[in-house]
Amino acid sequence: MAIYLTKESKVLVQGMTGGEGMKHTRRMLAAGTNVVGGVNPRKAGRTVDFDDRAVPVFGSVAEGIDATGADVTVVFVPPAFAKAAVTEAADAGIQLAVVITEGIPVHDSVAFTTHARARGTRVIGPNCPGLITPGQSNAGIIPPDITKPGRIGLVSKSGTLTYQLMYELRDVGFSTCVGIGGDPVVGTTHIDCLAAFEDDPDTELIVLIGEIGGDAEERAAAYIRDHVTKPVVGYIAGFTAPEGKTMGHAGAIVSGSSGTAGAKKEALEAVGVRVGRTPTDTARLVLDRLTTGA
Amino acid sequence: MDLYEHQARELFAEHGIVVPRAEVTDSSKEAREIARRLGGRVVVKAQVKTGGRGKAGGVKLAADPAAAELTARQILGMDIKGHTVGTVMLAEPVDIGAEFYVSYVLDRAAGRFLAIASAEGGMEIEEVAATRPEAVARVPVDPAEGVTSAKAAEIAEAAGLPPQTVDVLVRLWEVLVREDALLVEVNPLVRTAQGHILALDGKVTLDDNAQFRQARWGADGTGHDDALEAAAAAKGLNYVKLDGEVGVIGNGAGLVMSTLDVVAGCGARPANFLDIGGGASAQVMADGLSVILSDPDVKSVLVNVFGGITACDAVADGIVRALDTVRLTKPLVVRLDGNNAARGRAILDGHAHPLVQQATTMDGAAERAARLAAATA
Repeated sequence: MAIYLTKESKVLVQGMTGGEGMKHTRRMLAAGTNVVGGVNPRKAGRTVDFDDRAVPVFGSVAEGIDATGADVTVVFVPPAFAKAAVTEAADAGIQLAVVITEGIPVHDSVAFTTHARARGTRVIGPNCPGLITPGQSNAGIIPPDITKPGRIGLVSKSGTLTYQLMYELRDVGFSTCVGIGGDPVVGTTHIDCLAAFEDDPDTELIVLIGEIGGDAEERAAAYIRDHVTKPVVGYIAGFTAPEGKTMGHAGAIVSGSSGTAGAKKEALEAVGVRVGRTPTDTARLVLDRLTTGA
Repeated sequence: MDLYEHQARELFAEHGIVVPRAEVTDSSKEAREIARRLGGRVVVKAQVKTGGRGKAGGVKLAADPAAAELTARQILGMDIKGHTVGTVMLAEPVDIGAEFYVSYVLDRAAGRFLAIASAEGGMEIEEVAATRPEAVARVPVDPAEGVTSAKAAEIAEAAGLPPQTVDVLVRLWEVLVREDALLVEVNPLVRTAQGHILALDGKVTLDDNAQFRQARWGADGTGHDDALEAAAAAKGLNYVKLDGEVGVIGNGAGLVMSTLDVVAGCGARPANFLDIGGGASAQVMADGLSVILSDPDVKSVLVNVFGGITACDAVADGIVRALDTVRLTKPLVVRLDGNNAARGRAILDGHAHPLVQQATTMDGAAERAARLAAATA
């Protein structure tokens, strides 16, 4: 079953005809994603050939939905156009908008996530690698060939740490991996994914990866205490990050005494989540839990 | 990016918020002239991007132009929490009747901005919030509606601010939106003895992501205090200088942060954060290596790459070509894992650079780099 994305998902790509959009649409198709169209008002009516598949380009998200029944859009448009792209997709009634674009001004993210929420559209990202349900569908830029389908659900702020854990745990495999993004404002939180994994019969254990900045992990810990019955294994990055410096991700910053890795680890451990010292140690904790139930 | 107080003051003034008359200088001689222009008696304020200036002696009243020169000389060059004072702002003193606090901050959890206001201004708002939480009003702002006069009146009333502050609250929201700020804070917002509302001190944090449409802050405002950070920024690298001896290069912000932690877990200290992103091209690798090798504190370098979209053989090719252009002076430990890892490792083995070692795991690579740093220390 997985969460948010299955082989039934019909995927549009906004920005498909750009360089990154072309490259990753080809990869998504190769991973089995049902990409039903691209969106570009200036290239409407054309088709783009990806190896053995011709993908139509629509003038708008609404046209794409009308023609194909698409329920997911993956957004690759440049930062200046992301707000308009997501707003358009939400207005057209898309269920899920996966925003890969990095570098979107926060005021724009605030506007489009609020707008989308009001219209019942789930936004994943921005500044995220997307999500993958291995063996079924891949919406975004996660490398699909480093793991296999399985029973671990993963939610992470970081792309490469997601890949690292997907790879370390490739023999067990994953139900769905969601990269929620490293920006200060994101459409889907750790808590949203925890709730979805808790309800997903295919997910047996949840891996939660966090990093410095904000208090999303602390809030996730409180949610786990009250609502999650499945085992959760955690990892937090950024113990050595200095105060007041942005560490790569726009949202990864310790401000004063808030947003530290230590506080996040403590909050998770306080509710019974085992937190790995390193990514490899985290993978070991997962294996321990799955094999011995400990 | 944080602005200096005088830059924040300038923004406030542009948006019609009344601020005291003031000028900025890096010269104590000029400070005397400025004081004369401002009427003799002035407040001399260190311009540094950190709080607690007053307690550190960076804000002082000077009675006349001669005293202003003397005070400016004392403050210029002063160290405040690791920030060297390069400029001072001289401002006309204000006859304070009451002090308030107003700000708009990003509420990350709610994904929108929040107005925070209090009739008890002048001190750190965190202290007020901790001791008298009921004195601090927190009012969420709908992004589509913004702060209208009605909303501003609601904020003022919730905080117990006088009605004259409504106009400032509306204009301050304009500053936030038009300048793409993540934080605007006025503390204190004062009512003078004459009954005027004035922004006495302010803080503004701009959104680096919005530079493409806020060009004017790009050039002078970025302010990398560290020479290596400035050099890295000039090459477009995502680099943060740290205090250790193990240089770190990796792909992806999360993986690099994690690498720093793993290095620290091995008893060494990371010298930097450097994320070269997914592509890991030869050029970026070479640029990254040259910045790290120019850091005199660095004793060893750890390259930690997970080959996902860019497979490890391509990354290994990039490293080999980078080593053609950069003269390696410190031991380099490379850990490649993920897609085509075996092929990538074979490429590096084939190159057989005497200073390059490989490790197959992240933990093992960090340990090796830490040991090498300790051995060459």
